[in-house]
Amino acid sequence: MLMFLLRRFGIMLLTALCLTFIVFFLTNLTPNLEKLARSEGSVRMTDDQVDSWLATNGYAQPLILRYGEWLGVIPGWTFEEEGKISGRCISANVPVADAASFCGILQGDWGTSTVFKRPVSEILGRALGATGWLMLWVMIIMVPSALALGVLAGMREGSRTDRVLSAVAIATTATPEYVSGVILIVVFASATVGISPLLASLGLIEGRTLFQGTATSAMENITFWNFALPVITIALYGMGYIARMTRASMTEVMTAQYIRTARLKGVGFRAVVVRHALRNALIAPFTVIMLQFPWLLNGVVIVETLFNYKGFGWTLVQGAGNNDIELLLSCSVVAVIVVLFTQLISDIGYAFLNPRIRIS
Amino acid sequence: MEPIGWGGIFARMIIQFWPVWAALIITYAVSIHYRRRLGLYGKLFDSTVGMIGFGIVMFWVYTAFFADIIITHDPLGQLSGMKNKSPGTAAPDDATYAYYLLGGDNLARDVFSRMVMGARRVLAIAPAATAFAFMVGITLGLPAGYFAGKLDTALSFLANLVLAFPVILLFYLLVTPEIRDTGIPIVLAAVLFIFPVIFLVTLFQSRYFTNPTRRNLYVGITLVIGLWAYSGLAFNADPLGIWSMEPNLLNVFVAVVFVNAPTVFRIVRGIVLDLRSRDYVAAGQTRGEGAWYIMLWEILPNARGPLIVDFCLRIGYTTILLGTLGFFGLGVSPESPDWGSTINDGRRLLSIFPHPAVVPAIALMSLVLGLNLLADGLREESMKD
Repeated sequence: MLMFLLRRFGIMLLTALCLTFIVFFLTNLTPNLEKLARSEGSVRMTDDQVDSWLATNGYAQPLILRYGEWLGVIPGWTFEEEGKISGRCISANVPVADAASFCGILQGDWGTSTVFKRPVSEILGRALGATGWLMLWVMIIMVPSALALGVLAGMREGSRTDRVLSAVAIATTATPEYVSGVILIVVFASATVGISPLLASLGLIEGRTLFQGTATSAMENITFWNFALPVITIALYGMGYIARMTRASMTEVMTAQYIRTARLKGVGFRAVVVRHALRNALIAPFTVIMLQFPWLLNGVVIVETLFNYKGFGWTLVQGAGNNDIELLLSCSVVAVIVVLFTQLISDIGYAFLNPRIRIS
Repeated sequence: MEPIGWGGIFARMIIQFWPVWAALIITYAVSIHYRRRLGLYGKLFDSTVGMIGFGIVMFWVYTAFFADIIITHDPLGQLSGMKNKSPGTAAPDDATYAYYLLGGDNLARDVFSRMVMGARRVLAIAPAATAFAFMVGITLGLPAGYFAGKLDTALSFLANLVLAFPVILLFYLLVTPEIRDTGIPIVLAAVLFIFPVIFLVTLFQSRYFTNPTRRNLYVGITLVIGLWAYSGLAFNADPLGIWSMEPNLLNVFVAVVFVNAPTVFRIVRGIVLDLRSRDYVAAGQTRGEGAWYIMLWEILPNARGPLIVDFCLRIGYTTILLGTLGFFGLGVSPESPDWGSTINDGRRLLSIFPHPAVVPAIALMSLVLGLNLLADGLREESMKD
């Protein structure tokens, strides 16, 4: 078990290194750097000025050196021009004398965002907090409803309940977040169409719309009215898939010998489902739920952009749209950790739940 | 002229789609009549779910095919006074059709015609990109599952690396206009597009190497056509100028193939790991068949069921991915009528004028739903064997 964990952590580290290097390479391509120089310095810079801007800001060194500096295994760059020293670890708050020679993520320095002009750790911390709340509510809504849907459908295979619930599950998997989000906003949060004008004319709601079409206000204060739509949008897409997996696993369990034995023994259908079938049927969905996290991350990016909720996904889009190198690197580190940790948890959890599997 | 109501709008849309209905009726009549002779495709017509799914998919396929006849206005043309008009508004007198059936968008273009043309854009890219992803996934997944060992470890690591990437970050990095100057999309295209050629050459070589005349014929044809298309698609260097791809389209295409291929690889590898312990594989090995013959002519045909089902699902997923690209403004071109870009354009005025975004949203949803139902029907029918 220990060896297994060590190996997994090793692979995880290697993956994170490769991935951040790829992101580093792609964000540091010459055209991207020129774009950065022009957006940071001035739009009307000549090519020579761009080159000198890149040199003063440490972008002129070889790629691999700068990647090392970002990691914190190579001393940060310094640049001296007309007696003024600039450098990776030197900033307005940290004078030359106090500056450390190493400042990368190993030293806990995640760099500075060029879009937001603030330390990446601060931005990312707040964004992850916001996304955490979103994910929490998505999980609270999605997991129980998906499991219930799947178990109900798989309980009696081929019955009318099964057909209807399976159709619902397929429909939700076929509706990407940007489609369901758009439809939900139109139906529930539009002042001109959907149900809001009707409710407003009847005097049942105070504002002009039932739900709010943006979730910006949820950054300070989460209420049902500003948070329900984004949560439902993400939950709907993920729900169908988990429900289908649960259904498949449930139908398989319901045809097992021990269920037939229990039924023949005279145990009631309800007791068979709850006491005998459910526990075994929920092993497979557990791994599926864990592996859903990367997909949820994807949905989070879309939904946060659509509803203007300033979480991790929104930050990622802002960083990517403006080629904010250090912000993007940190975002990819976070994403890799999320993806690989959930994979690890799903593997360990699977072995833990299913005694027939042993990790060797 | 007076605007028409929803009844009139639907009646006119149904009339406008007449070539699609005609083609659908012919398809269904012929297929149901000959369904006992058509193998898995014929069996599809025994399952209601499969038939509905197939119907929806074919509706969009025929819509894409007959788009020029169906559209009522130029999808890029702007008519004065039609900006954000609601569905059923009468068009100016000199227009090609009397109404904007589904209203106008924020640039006064006809939403209905853009939706119809969007089907053509989407269906031109999604199935092709999925097919390329399958070629890459199969060509790498077969040896990884069959030989296992170091090759498998290395390829699986690479696949997991791509899968650990947040898809949207990857898209932002790969589809920006700046990256075109660096030539990275061309390198990626050069790597990814060669796989179909490798696949087909190995396919024929492994089977016909004992019969040089046939081998030379098949491999020759593959090489000539494959490399001709390859030079045009990847490097835009086709001497005859038939095969070519706009740089922006190439960017999107390559990014979508790149994201999809690792998942296909994992599926193929999993199936091969399962199938390689079967008796017919052992029989082939005892006969002294080559490894590639066993992989391509013994294992692959037996893996076709799950692969066909996944292919249908994956076209739907690719459609969603293309929509995602459009949603973030990374689509083929800002003018393009493809559904994702149109949703993105429409969402800014969503709460006031919802129709420009809702129409392509429903179109995209129905296509993906159709593909899902089709996959479900195929899975059900293929399991009955």
